Amino acid sequence: MDAIKRYFRSPAAVTGLVLLLIVVAMAISAGWLYPREPLALAGRPLIWPFSNPRFPLGTDNSGRDIAAQIFHGARISLLIGGVATAIAIAIGVLIGAFAGFYGGWIDNMLMRITEAFQTLPNFVLLLVLVAVFGSTLTTVTIAVGVVSWPAPARLTRAEFLSLRNREFVQAGRTLGMRDLQLILGEILPNALPPVIVYASVVMAVAILLESALAFLRLSDPNVASWGNLIGLGRDVLRVQWYVSAIPGIAILVTVLAVSLVGQGLNDALNPRLKGR
Amino acid sequence: MRETSAAILTLDGLGVRLPAGADRPQALSAVSLSMAANEILCVVGESGSGKSIMANAIMRLLPDGVSIDAGRVMFEGRDLAKAGADEMRRVRGAGIAMIFQEPMTALNPLRTIGDQIGEMFSIHTGLSRAAIRARVLALLEDVRIPDPGAAARAYPHELSGGQRQRAMIAMALALDPRVLIADEPTTALDVTTQAQILTLIRDLQKRKKTAVLFITHDFGVVAEIADRVAVMQQGSIVEHGEAAAVLNHPQHPYTRQLVAAVPPLTTPPPRELSDDIILTIDNVSKTFRSGGFLGRGARVTPAVKNVSLKLPRGATLGIVGESGSGKSTLARCIVRLIDPDNGSIMLESKDWTKMTREDVRRETRHIQMVFQDPFSSLNPRRKAAELVAQGPIVHGTPPAKAIADAKELFALVGLDPSASDRFPHEFSGGQRQRIGLARALALHPEVLVADEAVSALDVSVQAQVLQLLAGLRQRLGLSIVFITHDLRVAAQICDLVAVMKDGEVVEHGPAGDVFGHPQHSYTKALLGSIPGGEFARKREAALLV
Amino acid sequence: MRILRLAGRRLATSIPTLILILIGIFLLLQFAPGDTVDAMMAQMGGGDAATARELRRFYGLDLSVPAQLSQYLWRLIRLDLGFSSIYGKPVASVLLERLPPTILLMTASLSFAFFFGLVFGVIAARGVNKWPDTVISVAGLIFYATPSFWFGLMAIVVFSIYLQWLPAGGFEDIGAVQTGIWRTFDIARHLVLPTLTLGLIFLAIYLRIMRASMLEVLNLDYVRTARAKGLDETRVVTRHVLRNALLPMVTLIGLQAGTMLGGSVVVESVFSLPGLGRLAYESVVQRDLNTLLGIVFVSALLVILVNFVVDLIYARLDPRIVAGG
Repeated sequence: MDAIKRYFRSPAAVTGLVLLLIVVAMAISAGWLYPREPLALAGRPLIWPFSNPRFPLGTDNSGRDIAAQIFHGARISLLIGGVATAIAIAIGVLIGAFAGFYGGWIDNMLMRITEAFQTLPNFVLLLVLVAVFGSTLTTVTIAVGVVSWPAPARLTRAEFLSLRNREFVQAGRTLGMRDLQLILGEILPNALPPVIVYASVVMAVAILLESALAFLRLSDPNVASWGNLIGLGRDVLRVQWYVSAIPGIAILVTVLAVSLVGQGLNDALNPRLKGR
Repeated sequence: MRETSAAILTLDGLGVRLPAGADRPQALSAVSLSMAANEILCVVGESGSGKSIMANAIMRLLPDGVSIDAGRVMFEGRDLAKAGADEMRRVRGAGIAMIFQEPMTALNPLRTIGDQIGEMFSIHTGLSRAAIRARVLALLEDVRIPDPGAAARAYPHELSGGQRQRAMIAMALALDPRVLIADEPTTALDVTTQAQILTLIRDLQKRKKTAVLFITHDFGVVAEIADRVAVMQQGSIVEHGEAAAVLNHPQHPYTRQLVAAVPPLTTPPPRELSDDIILTIDNVSKTFRSGGFLGRGARVTPAVKNVSLKLPRGATLGIVGESGSGKSTLARCIVRLIDPDNGSIMLESKDWTKMTREDVRRETRHIQMVFQDPFSSLNPRRKAAELVAQGPIVHGTPPAKAIADAKELFALVGLDPSASDRFPHEFSGGQRQRIGLARALALHPEVLVADEAVSALDVSVQAQVLQLLAGLRQRLGLSIVFITHDLRVAAQICDLVAVMKDGEVVEHGPAGDVFGHPQHSYTKALLGSIPGGEFARKREAALLV
Repeated sequence: MRILRLAGRRLATSIPTLILILIGIFLLLQFAPGDTVDAMMAQMGGGDAATARELRRFYGLDLSVPAQLSQYLWRLIRLDLGFSSIYGKPVASVLLERLPPTILLMTASLSFAFFFGLVFGVIAARGVNKWPDTVISVAGLIFYATPSFWFGLMAIVVFSIYLQWLPAGGFEDIGAVQTGIWRTFDIARHLVLPTLTLGLIFLAIYLRIMRASMLEVLNLDYVRTARAKGLDETRVVTRHVLRNALLPMVTLIGLQAGTMLGGSVVVESVFSLPGLGRLAYESVVQRDLNTLLGIVFVSALLVILVNFVVDLIYARLDPRIVAGG
């Protein structure tokens, strides 16, 4: 399809895809390259990177292999990012579709709820959820998803509001289609593409939110999360700053990759906006 | 060719190239024409003919990727095609000025009218603020805008479409340019407003002796104001000359086609109409309420006020009106896309206004609608055959049979049945309207409501679709409600005509009576505003002889 | 003025939202394991069940949930936010103490991000697809992808540890007590790195939006009209494009207000600033649910206030709004 060709014509989009594939490869290969538990003690603490061939990226304060944590951390980040995004998009599309299609008091009510979620700073809400429900991987993932649904909801609602007055939707009504048929069969396939592209933004934010939580020692301490490692490295920032630096670069690269891919998709699917 | 005054603007073999991937390599090929001072030159063509690109090329305002690759644009002894940026800036506004089609988007919404007109003076002259203000007021009076002082202080959204266009004309003529380029300035306006603006442009032209390059797709406009005409097709000029000569004795086949496609104003001889009334609209009203907080400050718009009409079986009822007349709202009430506030709509002894949603869904097969915009009336993600088959499938026909029927319908509306596997964007505008028609006919309705079904099409395509409709009416025994703002179209196809203004029917009756002997002042005004009305009448008179 | 009335109307509809938030969070916190009394007992180093019961009765925690909720809302109207178990002071006074650093930080970051986002966005749009645009856009993307806390840490490493130009944390030098202009200067020094850190992500966002908005406006019809009048490019931009392109940016301030408050939690933790954000963190860790609820209230209020101001500014800029469009 032309969209795929257009995607590959943009160097930024291709770079993003390559970086993303690297991160995915890291996640997949973590099991083979570092079969041992990444949070197990591996060697002397605070070995510098590139100084010991057994630990290419050095070890942290407790003597755990940093490279192992980076590779396994890729799994965590992609997992949390993916699942939380899926949750956020699912809730958001559902709410946005009904609000946008029906309008009136349904829209009003749903928008009040959305506004409530958006007025409260999402990180504060995240903190409250973690305070209430604890910090296991499952709860953190669900919490990040729950905190991220308002923006996709607004986007979906905007799409539905504009599409529901299009003549082909009115035509569907005159042909005798029911509301659900109109929503699922006529409007949704046309409304979804911008929302799907927006999913990349949601995922980028989800990864950043989780890593911030982990940095504050409020995420699951039993998994090799990149944010956890940065938090650990804070204690030895003066001299062994690499403990914090390396996982941060990993986060940066991943979020950058996701953003670039999202932008590339957006440009590829909207060729009218060329030159932007 | 009139050689009385020296040419003020000459295009010499102008060629404009389009970027790769466009439907043709050149937007303009070897375009040559010249304009003398004190004349109106109309450039006529359908969409895609390159007429707008020519105007933009003269002003050097072409979009990215589109550029001049051959020829010269001679103005005041200079070749504008090769002029530098500074030189062009001096020419724009002061030497050559331009007005555009959509006055709403062509004006900055965040600045007042007076500000934007005054900007012309502040760019090109050194006048003081007070002097500029005085000039702006004088200009607004020139273009006969009501209450010039208030208009100068107003923002664009506070004025009507016609007033905005007057303001744009004032802005363009501020510095008495030698050439005014008008790119379809009346196309987006109501018929009555259109007539006023055309008169205004003609009067101003005579007074200031400006040369006007008037771009249009409507030969009626040509008949109304042109001194000379140039006809464009696919980027080249196919014919040009004095207006009278081209209109009455067109040489090129394309010109002949365009002139012939101007709908005549006389109605065909009246047919025998059935006594059986299939659709009765009785005292229908609809008022819109919007905005307001806790019931205060709401905006109340009465869209339809006590409309009563009858549609005999097998006939075509035309509902004619300008924008805001309520005709579209009425159409949507008939098909129950909107619920009327009161009144009744009787179709074969069933009152549509009283039916529940469930009943409406079931009964909707009796009355179907064809929509206006060929681009947004078809779901872009469905194949053509699916679109036509959707209706029957919803009502219980097995999909395979529905698709087979759809292909037959394709043939009925004049499309190739094998094309039914394609997506809407692969069809032209006229073809898409045919698909829309097929979709509406798939449920075998008794009544068809066509809401401005041909308004978005080129003139030549319009004629074909109207012919198709008339033929289908005959074959299938359809009764049609035809909504349009264009009286000329209504004259051709309608047996009965109702004229609407501000939600009310001001006049109705057989088409021949309404067009031949209009009673209401509004109908008379409407008929009088049709561009090229005189020309059309004279032509028909000549044909009858 | 009509603008005030319009914005006031929007403000009025925020009240139900605020109540919704408070009820929602209050009910949510009922699910938390342990309550204020447990936290207090932990602070006191343990106690027996009888003391716990006494304390619960004293704070009204033995009532039913709806009763507690109505009691809380009633107290809230009188601006009594309860008692903080960590600090042993009324929540209201703790919040008031911690508010100034956060407000300062947010104002500084917002100004920084808005101003530079605007400037760089305009530069990028003017030279679209040429090298200034590419550099600025790439930089924007990288800033957007950078975790703020990590940037803060790295900034500390570079500017405080290696270069020793700026302090590594804290709001002001506790050792030397300063007054007047010197105190302002000292606080400013301490706020440079936090402002940069918090502002960086928003700089990236504003940059992107400004650039996209400029490009969109540059394609609109009235810009073509302006050029057809003979205006030079600079004046086309300043007189016709900028004000119109600013509108989405102004809206964005309102939308991002909440995110910025959330970001301050992390930044204040990294730089040990005694602000609301860090208080939120401490309340979560030490299970001081009263304070947490108080912070929720104040955060929501702040966001609503910012949105109110944004509405006023927007209505001032765009005459179409006042017309009831």
